[in-house]
Amino acid sequence: MAAQVITVSSGKGGVGKTTTVANIAVALAATGSKVVCLDGDIGLRNLDVIMGLENRIVYDIVDVIEGRCKLRQAMIRDKHLPELYLIPAAQTRDKNAVSPSDMVRVCNDLRPDLDYVLIDSPAGIERGFRNAIAPADRVLVVTNPEVSAVRDADRVVGILEAEEKRAPALIINRLNPALVKQHDMLSAEDVLDLLGVPLIGIVPEDETVIVSSNRGTPVAQDLKSRAGQAFRNIARRLKGEEVPFMDMDKQAGIWDRLQKITGRR
Amino acid sequence: MNWFRRTRSAESAKERLQLVLINDRTNLSQDELTALKDEILQVISRHIDIDSQAVKIAVEQDGRAQRLVADIPLKSVTRRRAG
Repeated sequence: MAAQVITVSSGKGGVGKTTTVANIAVALAATGSKVVCLDGDIGLRNLDVIMGLENRIVYDIVDVIEGRCKLRQAMIRDKHLPELYLIPAAQTRDKNAVSPSDMVRVCNDLRPDLDYVLIDSPAGIERGFRNAIAPADRVLVVTNPEVSAVRDADRVVGILEAEEKRAPALIINRLNPALVKQHDMLSAEDVLDLLGVPLIGIVPEDETVIVSSNRGTPVAQDLKSRAGQAFRNIARRLKGEEVPFMDMDKQAGIWDRLQKITGRR
Repeated sequence: MNWFRRTRSAESAKERLQLVLINDRTNLSQDELTALKDEILQVISRHIDIDSQAVKIAVEQDGRAQRLVADIPLKSVTRRRAG
């Protein structure tokens, strides 16, 4: 067994990187894979709260790198899935506490016993981002159908090209089908045209994501959630399955359907 | 909702992004591009008569690649081999 290292990145902050990492990790682990999530956002850690593991942290990634603990000791087991672990970021340090070669070394130590290592990259294109992509076999770029997020995603894709990394795959997060339909939001096709990167998932805007982050239980565990379904589909695609993209129209709200019936559009 | 006005703002988002991404990727501003066009046309007109009204020079996006596409019609009367 040798794990694939997958880094989730975006350029812009707040597009849903951490949520994406937590959900893909849960979906992979729920289907039998051994997964470690690594929070790369030193100083601004959040993967722990999204996964609901904030009260279990003893050691973090910087403790591992600086030799204060063994790798195993920094791995926090998930509450529900026995094959899912989190290695938290340090909260009281900054990005310079870690170097790209440290990340490569940690990931190489993790690889033999796992199927996937998922790295949550910090926003921006500086040191923390460089650290996060250094060990990556694959990069997923998360964006929202919105001008600033698409522009920043393009910068990240450009940097990955310059680094001669394998072509990244794109996740369009928080797509609102009703807004797309009234031509007030970029469609998935628009974003793909602009960025020219292969698509691996479209996640509809969904309030269950907020509810689940409030509780610290990623939405991928909620079988009724549309966003949860979208994340589970991404996990299956990562495993090499061909999964058709969800029909976004089912998401359209009652108001939207009403307008359609009354012939308003 | 859009019962009284249709904004269709997605189209302007896409158009604006197309220009911004070309600028970001090529590190070429719209002004620099205009200067480049002018120079190209100057050089070409030194050798051959061109129909400057119908010239089209633009950076076009082709997946992740950009190309500078020039469509420069020549004036037929004075057509001769470019040297």
